[in-house]
Amino acid sequence: MSGVADQATARREAARTNTVSATMDRWSNALQRVPLHIVIIIFCAIWVIPTIGMIINSFRSVSDMGQAGWWTTLFPPHGFTLGSYQQVLNTENVATSIVNSALITIPATVIQLAIATMGAYAFAWMKFPGKNIFFIVIVGLMVVPIQMTLIPVLQFFKATGLSGSITAVWLAHSGYGLPFEVFLLRNYLGGLPREVFESAEVDGAGHAVRFLRIAVPMTIPAIASLTIFVFLGVWNDLLVALTFLGTSPNRPFTVVITQLVTSFGGGWQFLTAAAVLQMALPLAVFIALQRYFVRGVTAGSVKG
Amino acid sequence: MDQIITAIAAIVLVPLVLLGYILLGEQVIERLPERIQEWIRPYFWALPAIGFATVFMVYPLLRTVVISFRNNADTTWVGLDNYVYFFTFPDTLTSLRNSVLWLIFYTFFAVGLGLIIAIMVDRVRYESLAKIAIFLPVPISAVAASIIWKFMFDYQPPGTTQTGTLNALLGVVGHDPVAWLVNSTTNNAALIFVGIWSATGFCMVIISASLKAISSEVLEAARIDGANEFRIVQLIVTPLLWPTITVVGTTMIINALKTFDIVYVLTAGAYDTDVIATQMFNQLAHSHFSRAAAVGVVLFAAIVPLLVVNIRRFQQQEEMR
Repeated sequence: MSGVADQATARREAARTNTVSATMDRWSNALQRVPLHIVIIIFCAIWVIPTIGMIINSFRSVSDMGQAGWWTTLFPPHGFTLGSYQQVLNTENVATSIVNSALITIPATVIQLAIATMGAYAFAWMKFPGKNIFFIVIVGLMVVPIQMTLIPVLQFFKATGLSGSITAVWLAHSGYGLPFEVFLLRNYLGGLPREVFESAEVDGAGHAVRFLRIAVPMTIPAIASLTIFVFLGVWNDLLVALTFLGTSPNRPFTVVITQLVTSFGGGWQFLTAAAVLQMALPLAVFIALQRYFVRGVTAGSVKG
Repeated sequence: MDQIITAIAAIVLVPLVLLGYILLGEQVIERLPERIQEWIRPYFWALPAIGFATVFMVYPLLRTVVISFRNNADTTWVGLDNYVYFFTFPDTLTSLRNSVLWLIFYTFFAVGLGLIIAIMVDRVRYESLAKIAIFLPVPISAVAASIIWKFMFDYQPPGTTQTGTLNALLGVVGHDPVAWLVNSTTNNAALIFVGIWSATGFCMVIISASLKAISSEVLEAARIDGANEFRIVQLIVTPLLWPTITVVGTTMIINALKTFDIVYVLTAGAYDTDVIATQMFNQLAHSHFSRAAAVGVVLFAAIVPLLVVNIRRFQQQEEMR
């Protein structure tokens, strides 16, 4: 090591006395970094180009897509058209399913976050026997694959007459999302300063007031990130919707797209437009709320 | 129209009902003797969350275990029959093998590439831009990602114009087109790659966050000592990032085992690409409930060690609070 260190010192010495060699040093440094830039750019290309290619394809006619790759449109004649979008929106069930997606996602998000915040408050600021065991169960439930629950829940919906209804997926999503949300919000709530709650208690504020006036407002940043996370999780979900609404007229966009992909042999290319419509909302949220978005997604790093 | 009214009602009513529950409940509880208050209040607050978790997770989980030992009509016990089926039937064994492939390659490459990219972009000025590019697939649903990659993998017979990006590239270097999703030597790799493509950005962002926490003085000292960048990454950065890497790795293993969407949309499990989760769904779709339950239990059993790790880690964190 010391030999190398000597060399480095010598090099720095030389650099100080000789500006010409210093410039050359900088150049050779920059040159050494060329492979780094190339590798990064290749990675970025692999991660971005497939999406761009598909978006470009969605603006081409189906016959064009079948005859030449998307990259040929980079040169005139471009032949761009909204035909695929028209075809998708006129396909049976598609327009309804987009509405269904919204009708599923928004209430499901509201329901689970409201319940989770309340439960998290109990776990963060109340003492009760069995609290630790309950919470360890919740931590364990976070990684339980939902596949493990599908059959009994399906039977439960059949027994209660909820099968195929939007209410069923609201409830299912809420049940599946709760463990993680309670865990995250409890950690956040538990990190709030104790003095605030104690002084409110001295002032005679009951738990309802402390929860609504102190805990909830102070937890807004965590709730905001979590809202994005949960909202997009439900919007992008396939398995839960496919299981509980597979053939129901209430099925969401992801299910309808999947069924169209598997049922179309040839000519499936117009579904690019469907994919663009489906991912437009998540991408818009990501671009507009980048920081919250990344925080929401990475907060889920313990989630399965 | 009815649906819209129901949805709006739910959005407005659920928070209102919960608010009423809290306010009325507290009214009642506050009138009770002090000791009963202390006892009953926490359960009152946690009840909705615990209730949901019980109805949708705890009870179904136990019930699934029971169903897996019953016959399909749920009239008698059949012992291990459903498991014997799972571990002897060729199709289900294929799905088991593929899940192992997912587990190994998806986890290794998503975490590995996430680490490498995080370290590389840390050294350039356009870091945030590069990170956005790598993170871009994360918000995209598996359904949309599958359509994106259906185009990348598109195959036309040799001699005709290749419209799939990958086969067009192969054509440029004079190679015959490959039927990526049909050919059983490439299709699992192709599907796993789509998974890696979707997950790398997630791994990168988390690893990058803890990379930023490593003090630059340590790295600077190593550089002055003449250590080259590869040695620095090997001897300093990776060991310091190890706790984060294990957390991300655990998440990826769980994702790998639960993989469903990509396989279901791109191949529907055809051509030997089935994984445990799609296998389970197919059993369910064909009303083979007890077999599906057994598949679910196998999946759960594979996750149990990780569940234990998670709980341990949680307990350690609690001690440090």
